Amino acid sequence: MSRVAAWLDSDLAWSFRRSPVTVAAAAVALLCVGGALLAPWIAPHDPFDLAALDLMDALAPPAWLAEGRWRFLLGTDDQGRDVLSGILYGARISVAVGVASVLLSALAGVALGLLAGYAGGAVDAFVMRVADVQLSFPAILVALLVDGVARIALPELAHGAAAFWVIVLSIALSGWVQYARTVRGSTLVEARKEYVQAARLIGRHPAAIVLRHILPNVTGPVLVIATIHLATAITTEATLSFLGVGMPATTPSLGTLIRIGNDFLFSGEWWITLFPGLALVALVLSVNLLGDWLRDALNPRLA
Amino acid sequence: MTAPVRALALAALLLLAAGAPFHARANTLRVADQGDVMSMDPYMINEALLLSFMGNVYEGLTGRGRKLETTAELATDWKQTAPTVWRFNLRRGVKFHDGTPFTADDVIFSLERARGEGSDVKTYVAPIKEIRKVDSHAIDIVTHEPYPILPQAISVWYILSKQWCEKNNAVRPVDVRKGTENFASTRANGTGPFRLKSREPGVRTVLQPNPEWWGKPEHNLTEVVFTPISNDATRVAALLSGEIDMMQPVPLQDVPRLQGNAALKVAQGGEIRTIFLGMDQKRDELLGSNVKGKNPFKDRRVRQAFYQAIDVEAIRARIMRGASRPTGLLIAPEVQGFSAELNRRLPFDPEAARALLAEAGYPGGFEVAMNCPNDRYVNDAEICQAIASMLAKVGVRINLAAETKTLWFPRVLRRDTAFYLFGWVPASQDAHNALFALVATPGEAGQGQFNLGAYSNTRIDQLTRQIAAEADMGKRSGLIAEAFRLTQEDVAYIPLHQQPLTWGMKKNVDMVQLANNFNYFRWATVK
Repeated sequence: MSRVAAWLDSDLAWSFRRSPVTVAAAAVALLCVGGALLAPWIAPHDPFDLAALDLMDALAPPAWLAEGRWRFLLGTDDQGRDVLSGILYGARISVAVGVASVLLSALAGVALGLLAGYAGGAVDAFVMRVADVQLSFPAILVALLVDGVARIALPELAHGAAAFWVIVLSIALSGWVQYARTVRGSTLVEARKEYVQAARLIGRHPAAIVLRHILPNVTGPVLVIATIHLATAITTEATLSFLGVGMPATTPSLGTLIRIGNDFLFSGEWWITLFPGLALVALVLSVNLLGDWLRDALNPRLA
Repeated sequence: MTAPVRALALAALLLLAAGAPFHARANTLRVADQGDVMSMDPYMINEALLLSFMGNVYEGLTGRGRKLETTAELATDWKQTAPTVWRFNLRRGVKFHDGTPFTADDVIFSLERARGEGSDVKTYVAPIKEIRKVDSHAIDIVTHEPYPILPQAISVWYILSKQWCEKNNAVRPVDVRKGTENFASTRANGTGPFRLKSREPGVRTVLQPNPEWWGKPEHNLTEVVFTPISNDATRVAALLSGEIDMMQPVPLQDVPRLQGNAALKVAQGGEIRTIFLGMDQKRDELLGSNVKGKNPFKDRRVRQAFYQAIDVEAIRARIMRGASRPTGLLIAPEVQGFSAELNRRLPFDPEAARALLAEAGYPGGFEVAMNCPNDRYVNDAEICQAIASMLAKVGVRINLAAETKTLWFPRVLRRDTAFYLFGWVPASQDAHNALFALVATPGEAGQGQFNLGAYSNTRIDQLTRQIAAEADMGKRSGLIAEAFRLTQEDVAYIPLHQQPLTWGMKKNVDMVQLANNFNYFRWATVK
C-alpha cells in the first residue's frame, strides 16, 4: 500500500495528473489494450469461428443506420463477419505483434548496446557499423525482405502459423538499433563513474558489473524508446498487413481488416474499413502521446 | 532574355511543335485486368485472358466474329472432302511480323508444337490425326474419327512461324507446370493485326498495329497498353482518375458507382464461363488433409455432402450481388448441348450433408486444404472464403490457400490439389469441349487435360468419343445429355454459377464484348 502511495506522491504521478491530454491518452490506450486482451470474453461474436458466420448477414451497415441491426453494432463485412468483433480480435493481434517485437528488439538492442559501450574498441566499432547499415534500411523494406525469405524457406502450410513470428522478427530486426545506440551512449557515461570503477577495482566479473550496476542505470531512456517504438511497431504491422504480406485474412489484424475494407470504399460500404482505421488511429495515437509524456517526465532538464 | 535562355526557349518550342501532331493523332488504348497475361506464348496456358490477348497478335486458321460466329482467318475457306478429311485453303500473301511468309509448313509445325510436350492447348488439336500438305497454301486435315465441329473447335489454336521458332529455340512451348521460360515467353511473332512492341511481365505489355496485316483494320488505335492491377479498389480508382481507358472485371460492388459517372460506362453481359469446384478422386490419400490412408472424395456421399452444404443462392445474393447465374451443369445455356432439363442443382441442405458425411464415416467432418486463385475469376477468393464457412457448418475444416494465379495455375494444373475452384469456357461453344477437357479420364492426347481431380468414368469416355463423331444433331444431344447426367449422378464436380461479365470503360471507347470474355482490339475505337 505504501508503495502505491509513494508512487502517487512521485514526480511522475504528479506530471501525469497535471496533463489532461496524457490522462485521456492513457484512458484510450487502456480501453484499446483492455478490449484487445479481453476480446474472447467481451466480443459479441467470434470472427474466427467460420461455422458461426452466415453469408446472409454480409454487408449489414452499422446499427444506427437504416437496415442496420443491433446484433452488429458497427456493421458486417462481405463475409458476414461482425466488424466490432473483428476490431477487438484484430487489435489483440496488433497489440501482441507490437509488444512481442518491442520486447525482442529491446532485448537485442540493450544487450548489444551494453556490449558495445562497455567492451569498446573493435567490438564497439563492429556493432555500431552494423547498426549504421541497419539504419539505412527502412523498416518496411527489412520486413518485406524477411517475409519474402520466410515464404520461400517455410513449407506452404506453415505460412499461416508462422506469419505472426515472421512479422515480429522483421519488425524487431529493424528496431533494435535505436536501443543499442541509446544504451551504448549511457553505458559509456556510466562506465566512467566512480561506482563502476570501484566495482572493477574489487575484481567483480565484467558481466556482473554490466548487469548489476550499469543496466539499472540505463533503463530510463529504454522505457521511453520502447513506448514510442510500440506505436511504430503497431503501425508497421498494419502497413505490412495492408500490403498483403502480414497477417493472413483468416487471422486478421487491424491492418488486414483495413485492407479488406478498402475494396468496399468506392461502393459506399465505408464501415468495413473506417472503424478498424479509427481503432488503429486511437491505439497508435494514445500510445504515442503516452510515450511523449514519459520522455518529458523523465527528462530532468524539462520541468 | 539572354541569348542562351532564348535558344533554350526556342528549342523547347520546336520540341513541342514537333511533338504536338503525334499527340493529336495518337490513339492509345490503356486496358487493365486483375491479373497479368501469363506469357506471350499462346500454347503456354489455356486461359481465356492469354488466348484473348494473344489473339490480337496471333491468328488461327479460323477465328471468331463479332457474334462469336466462326470466321475465316488464316484459312480462306474449307470443306469436308471425306468423313475424316478437311481441305483448308490458306490465305496467300500473309506475312508474319518478322517478314517471313506464312505457308502450309507453319501450320504443320504448329500442330506438332500444340500437341507436343509442354503444350497446354492439346485439347484443341486432339481430334487431329495428321495434316497433309497439298501445296504451299492448301492442306488436308485428317481427324482420327469424323469430327463435324472441327472449324469451330480450332479457333484459338494459333499458328506460329516454323522458321522463327526453330531459329530461336522455341520449338517446344514452356510447360506451365514446370515454370521455365524460353524465347517465345516474352516475344511474339504472329500474323495478327497487332504486333508486340514491349513486354515487362507483371508490369506492362505494349502492342502496336501491324501495318502489313492482311485484313482491313476496323480500329483506330495507334497503341495498346495492357497493365495488370490486382487490387480491386486500385483498379477502380485508376479508371475513375482517367489513368486507364478500360478495365475488367469491375468489382461487382462498384458497378452502380461507375454507371453513375458521366464519363464512364459499364458493359455487362452473362459470361459463358462456368465456375465450379473440383475434388481429387485419384490419390489414395488427399493432400493437406487429416484423413490418413484413404481419400474421402472417392466416396460419392462425401462429394454430395460438399455439394449440399454450399448455399449457392447466398453466394449469388451477397458475394456476386445478384449478378451470377447459379448452375447445375458444367456448361452455360449459350453453349451447344445445354439442356434446361438437366440444369438443376441438388438442394442446399446442411442437415442432409451432415447425415451423408456421417454415413460415409466422417461424423465429425474432416480437414482438407483448398486451392483458390485471387486474381482470376470474379470475386474468386471471396467465394472460396464463403464456401469455407459454409462447409465449417457441416464440420469440414477448410485450410484455404488463396493465391495469385501465377502460383495457383501451375499448382492445380500439376494436380497438386485436393479441392479447388476452377472456371471453364468451352472455346468451341460446344459441350463436347467441356466433356473432353474436364470430365474425360486424363490421357496422352489431351483428353481430361483439365480434369484436375482425375475423375474417371469409362462410360463417359465412350460417350465423349461418340459425341465427337456424331453428325446427327438430335442423336448428339441425347449422348451429351447422357454424359452430363452421369456426371451429375457421380457428383464428379460441384458446379456453382456462370459469372457476370463486367467491363468498365470511358464513354469515348467502343469495344465488342464477346460472351467468352475475349477482347479483340481490332474492333476497338477511341473517339
